[in-house]
Amino acid sequence: MAPAAFAALDPLYESGPAKYRMGADATASDRIDQLVFDRLRELKIEPANVCSDAVFLRRAYLTVIGTLPTEEEARAFLSATDPDRRARLIDELLKRDEFAEYWTMKWGDLLRVKAEFPIKLWPNAAQAYTRWIYAGVRGNKPLHQFVHELLVANGSNFREGEVNFYRAMQDRSPRGIAATVALTFMGERADKWPKKKLDALAGFFAQVAFKSTAEWKEEIVYFDPTADKEGLAKNAVFPDGTRPTADPRTEDMRVPFVNWLLRPENPWFCRNMANRMWAWLMGRGIIHEPDDSRADNPPSNPALLDLLQREFATSRCNMKHLFRIILNSQTFQLSSIPTGLETTTTQANFAWYPLRRMEAEVLIDALNQLTGTQESYSSPIPEPYTFIPENVRGIGLPDGSITSSFLELFGRPPRDTGFESERNRSTSAAQRLHLLNSSHVHQKVSECPLVTEARDMKGKPDELVKKIYFTVLSRPPTEKELAAVTAHADASYAGTREIAEDLVWALVNQPEFIFIH
Amino acid sequence: MNSHPFTRSSSEVRDLNRMAAAFGGVPVSRRETMRRCLYGSAGLLLMEPFTVRAMQPLPAGRARSVIQIWLWGGPCHIDTFDPKPEAGKDYSGQLDAPIATNVSGMQIGQLLPELAKIADKYSLIRSMTHGNNGHETAAYLVQTGRSSERDVFPSLGAVTSYFRGYEAGYKGLIPPYIVLTEPQGRFSEAGFLGPKYKPFATGGDPAASVFAVEGIIAPGISEKRQQERRKFLRSINTLGGALPGNATLNTIVQNEEQAYEMILGDAGKLFDLNQEAGDVRDRYGRNTFGQSCLMARRLAEKGVPYITINYKGWDTHKQHFQTMNRKLPELDKGMAALISDLSERGLLDSTIVWCSGEFGRTPKVQTESPWNGGRHHWGKCFASLLAGGGFKGGQVVGSSDAKGEEVKDRPVYPADLIGSIYGQLGIPAEATLPHPLGTLTHVVPDKSENVPTGGMLKEIL
Repeated sequence: MAPAAFAALDPLYESGPAKYRMGADATASDRIDQLVFDRLRELKIEPANVCSDAVFLRRAYLTVIGTLPTEEEARAFLSATDPDRRARLIDELLKRDEFAEYWTMKWGDLLRVKAEFPIKLWPNAAQAYTRWIYAGVRGNKPLHQFVHELLVANGSNFREGEVNFYRAMQDRSPRGIAATVALTFMGERADKWPKKKLDALAGFFAQVAFKSTAEWKEEIVYFDPTADKEGLAKNAVFPDGTRPTADPRTEDMRVPFVNWLLRPENPWFCRNMANRMWAWLMGRGIIHEPDDSRADNPPSNPALLDLLQREFATSRCNMKHLFRIILNSQTFQLSSIPTGLETTTTQANFAWYPLRRMEAEVLIDALNQLTGTQESYSSPIPEPYTFIPENVRGIGLPDGSITSSFLELFGRPPRDTGFESERNRSTSAAQRLHLLNSSHVHQKVSECPLVTEARDMKGKPDELVKKIYFTVLSRPPTEKELAAVTAHADASYAGTREIAEDLVWALVNQPEFIFIH
Repeated sequence: MNSHPFTRSSSEVRDLNRMAAAFGGVPVSRRETMRRCLYGSAGLLLMEPFTVRAMQPLPAGRARSVIQIWLWGGPCHIDTFDPKPEAGKDYSGQLDAPIATNVSGMQIGQLLPELAKIADKYSLIRSMTHGNNGHETAAYLVQTGRSSERDVFPSLGAVTSYFRGYEAGYKGLIPPYIVLTEPQGRFSEAGFLGPKYKPFATGGDPAASVFAVEGIIAPGISEKRQQERRKFLRSINTLGGALPGNATLNTIVQNEEQAYEMILGDAGKLFDLNQEAGDVRDRYGRNTFGQSCLMARRLAEKGVPYITINYKGWDTHKQHFQTMNRKLPELDKGMAALISDLSERGLLDSTIVWCSGEFGRTPKVQTESPWNGGRHHWGKCFASLLAGGGFKGGQVVGSSDAKGEEVKDRPVYPADLIGSIYGQLGIPAEATLPHPLGTLTHVVPDKSENVPTGGMLKEIL
């Protein structure tokens, strides 16, 4: 595709070329932009324009709180004129309840929060684990503290949610725990390590023991030096080759490991977390995949990753701080309209914002919100089934065993392995069929107030169309779209209500709805 | 905290909980994780319209499709395929006059006259056993062949879909594993193979004037309106216009074309039973089960590897004989029409039909209140029917004792029946399944698993 084809600014989706400050008054966000745009210039890639307010609004909501803006929120933001409106919106979103819900879901994927098979946490434990994560995210607990508490946890799986870290893995042997720790907190895949390195890390987890109690399915995680049958602990070595000074006969080796891991200068932890957060917001890590860091998989922009790592460490591992500086960057706010042919180089260097299909939970919540309907979720564990109150949102489900066929169809991760790639955001014909023609979606659309109340809107069709556009796509319709709706109304059979139904249906089936863009 | 209010007390737990894992089954190997995509990324990303699969020719006599008639709840073996009139009224109740079939010496229940006329086309196993009397556990045993303590194995439909589905060259939009019309619900089907191998549940009622197959046929939306909506949908695709050539959007356009091929094209017409002649529809019986059998034949004809007819209502603790009088004629007519029709079309050699529930029922009629002539669960001994796909007809495998209470000779365990079906499908017993923990796992349990076996069904091969 020739760049010339994209020369004209598309005001619906774009607001103008990117601008950032340099020099003394440059913010962290400006420095991000400088590093990204400098790299793009070296590569002779023209970055996209900055996206329009309408695109930003929708992207920010869906990315930061996993929630569709309401009609009122969309109208309010799009009528705002103050120059700081985007920064203000970011601050508001970071404070929303949905923020905690949505990022608890994300952590639930990485920490494998699921009652049964093959993780086997049991519902009480899965919910205790979720509550612990939720409290941490809601209070913006510094991430090093969050991880510290997880890694040295002892106690009952039903009472101390965080001990479930040691239970939420398929292989609870010292090597299995070590591999999980490497994946989750170092972003490395231990199956690519030499055996010696894994054994050395396993030494820190060889004294983790489990015992059951009189209560059905309760399990105590505790420190027991005699649990180390293989004598791994005395050979424990940190991944950087240094050795702990602790005495494994009396000391819990997890403590020196955690102290080593969470030092601000330790590249693995802060770097991995900063890269993951970038990937969560930008759709792709600077190291890609974000949980596959290794020497032969270098970052696409090392200086950028250094900056993010530093910002994360000096903010005392403050997730919201890192979010805020990324979200306020022009890089995050670039349009999805490319300036040239898309290649892995343009993707890896963030030349424009990628199209990302809404996650399963976010999509069903969005459909429910705009149609005023609800969903039933159930868990088959334990028998008899647990039915979940209908006002619970998809992003708020506390346990991976609680599900619906919709969530499975749209790629909700099974939470078996903790890999980021477990979440499937690809599209399929079966998904299209569901959105286009399932009784599930037809029913939501036909019951939705936008449709049922449409009868009263006769005489002011444009108002109705606008309302539907703001509710579904968070923006007003264009002249061309208004004309297309009129043409459809003129050409077809139907009254206001059917037209409203067709329009809601057609908009939820637009790529603009299905994808974060 | 109001977001996560669903803590349950562990006192609600029952022994069956172990089995509950069967519902959350998912694969975990990395390879599997990458590949996971409902209904098969490989198949659906192909731009070809629906086609009959291009599979390698199988050796003669080998099956290409399985139609499983699943009698959920547990049908009574004595009233169907293993009558015991000489055990007396206490056992046979009012159904004490079994009928001769067209195979000499082989009798079946008196409410199955159509099946009696074609007994040369199927065989009966009268010595099925697993000893379990719980619906979920027994349904799992019969359909996976395993009694798992730790893992959740896939059903034979999911395994067939794994070996005969998209990865094996199956093409087109019709999913390779279909259940008419509702999933079994309290059984995961896919086990550790994961959601990709779950059956597509049609929903709807094939006996209704419009068979509203979920996602394919939307009642109340005419073809004309579907077409107008499709045109409208395209006319307002503003983002698509702003991103010409975008690879992600191209994929979704392809997905959409495939979906519309199902909704408006030939694939959707496959589910339109009005395309069958009236007398054909009559022959199968104008009820949900009969028309499901007809639909199953249409799917087998198109090469769909595994079709389950989930026929509910056989859990007859009460009202047993009333239910038999109502349901057995439906079963008789539908299944006999299916086997005969497949045979007349030359499809029986390549299509296995098997009919079973999760167990049999108490041979002795429960006359006391509140059962008043009901029958309870009986996993020690029950009967299954097997036809086509290279299995001989007119044979009886094994036998039960005089009262139908115990296996008398030649026990057939679920793994034996399932393993024999795999054999006819050309899936070798030693083919491996992707076990979540990497444990070497064969399709048919080997000796190390200590699964009971009476040997494959060599006598009818």
